[in-house]
Amino acid sequence: MAALSSAERAEIDAEIAILPDARSASIEALKTVQRHRRWIDDDALGAVAEYLDLSKHELEAIASFYNLLFRKPVGRHVVLVCDSVSCWILGNEAVKQALEDSLGAAFGEVTRDDRFTALPMQCLGACDRGPALMIDEDLHGPVQPADVSELLRRYP
Amino acid sequence: MPADVDTKIITRQFGNEEAKNIEVYESLGGYRQLRRALGMKPEDIKAEVKASNLRGRGGAGFPTGVKWGFVPADAEDVYLVCNADESEPGTCKDRELMYWDPHQLLEGMIISAYALGARNNYIYIRGEMMRETPVLEKAIADAYERRYLGEDVLGSGFACHITVHRGAGAYICGEETALLESLEGKRGWPRLKPPFPAVVGVFGKPTVVNNVETLCNIPYIVEHGSQWFADLGVGRSGGTRIVCMSGHLERPGVYELPMTLTMRQLIDDVCGGIWKGREVKCVIPGGSSMPPMSADELDVPCEFDALMTDERIKPVEVAPGVPFDMGGGKELRTMAGSGGIMVMDDHTDIPAVCARVVEFYHHESCGQCTPCREGTGWLAKISHRVAKGEGRPGDVDLMASIADGIAGNTICALGEAAAWPVLGFLTKFRAEFEAKIKAPKEGAAA
Repeated sequence: MAALSSAERAEIDAEIAILPDARSASIEALKTVQRHRRWIDDDALGAVAEYLDLSKHELEAIASFYNLLFRKPVGRHVVLVCDSVSCWILGNEAVKQALEDSLGAAFGEVTRDDRFTALPMQCLGACDRGPALMIDEDLHGPVQPADVSELLRRYP
Repeated sequence: MPADVDTKIITRQFGNEEAKNIEVYESLGGYRQLRRALGMKPEDIKAEVKASNLRGRGGAGFPTGVKWGFVPADAEDVYLVCNADESEPGTCKDRELMYWDPHQLLEGMIISAYALGARNNYIYIRGEMMRETPVLEKAIADAYERRYLGEDVLGSGFACHITVHRGAGAYICGEETALLESLEGKRGWPRLKPPFPAVVGVFGKPTVVNNVETLCNIPYIVEHGSQWFADLGVGRSGGTRIVCMSGHLERPGVYELPMTLTMRQLIDDVCGGIWKGREVKCVIPGGSSMPPMSADELDVPCEFDALMTDERIKPVEVAPGVPFDMGGGKELRTMAGSGGIMVMDDHTDIPAVCARVVEFYHHESCGQCTPCREGTGWLAKISHRVAKGEGRPGDVDLMASIADGIAGNTICALGEAAAWPVLGFLTKFRAEFEAKIKAPKEGAAA
């Protein structure tokens, strides 16, 4: 499914409409495609580049710059674990270990059932609730290692 | 004692789920200051903000009124951009301001846009703030419906539009020129200044970029006047301060307080002291880019100028006895930064914390300037090996030399953000780093 779907095109057009030019919508366009396809493969990147009249290389430079644009496959749910100093001093290493153990997958990998991918994130900005993590759009914290498997169960 | 002082102004609705509802906001007096402002001359609002001593709450502490004054008088198509890309480690206040009281931010923004003559305005919000974004979008839709936004704000003839733009995960986009690049759909690469954004900003137009907390204060300056606001603060810093207290505390959290409180009062009186009955060892006072303070430096007020100049805080050094030069022989103590205060107990492994801090800036360096791109990489590599007890003789001096080589040699302040904490940790806790280097050799000889 390399070509953009009509739904994707409509969402991208809506972004372009509120901006001075099409290229300003590049990040939103990539997010749109990611919302529909979970991640941005090379074909999708090419299709967006063509649609916005950018070179693939130009768009790749943008896609690879931002932490929340995924250029590799991810599971149905994405777990973002805060990896910054406030969470670190409150024991996030143990939470990360518990997460890898529960998932049976390392950071960056997709679990065998296609359900999860965990990614370390630079500071989630929830420092007063550390150690913090996000699953999809939900912020959780403070999270103790023992809480991890129960938390994951809420995301079938 | 701080608990006796009612200093909650812009955080007074924290915990009240109803306040984000436009009817409730109005019933609490909301949007009245916008009505008042629309009856004032834009010049008079600007003068009030300047006289109020409001300083930017994003990190730099630059006087807001002065920043507004940089927009050329004959400018057309001015933009106001609210910087809601809060990502400095340790900082978690703008998130709360937007979630609990979104209309307060909008009212501050619309008043500011009126003062600046800005028709098209953006809120650039962190991509990770997924709970806050829909709250803000709902508030904007409601504000349009009630004509606080639109082509004719409250029948005044003033046209004002606000669009929410979501980031995609990049610390550097909190730097104002990187943010503007990102708004234009590009990589967040900071721009060389000058020209400053007030002259050439987003889409080539004059642009003012202000932090969320900064803008939230504007309605109260209009309501009570600049003198009242200036009197809330101290010296050249007007208003209250929101601090984000994190780390080894009994009661971490986001607190709005007078700027006169000392770091020790914040820890002991506001946050119930250090957890587990332990002692404090180290405090990072304004987001992880600021030089840390040691336990004997905590009786200084948490105010912009005090943290920069109070002689009880030891200046940062590049080597024992050799002060770091910020330029023109100016010493660096520390800064209030973004209000992100991280507190560490006496069990904390400082070289490991230093490595963690450096790792962040290495990861988030945009790669544009060689000293930062390469320097943060080497700092990360060396600080990690020192933290693991695998340091080599000379590593401590090497870290200081690399940090000193980054600072002052980059387009934006991320270079300093990486260099300052390293130099600060080495200045205040040098023996701990050296012990890590000596330890394995002694082990090998035994």
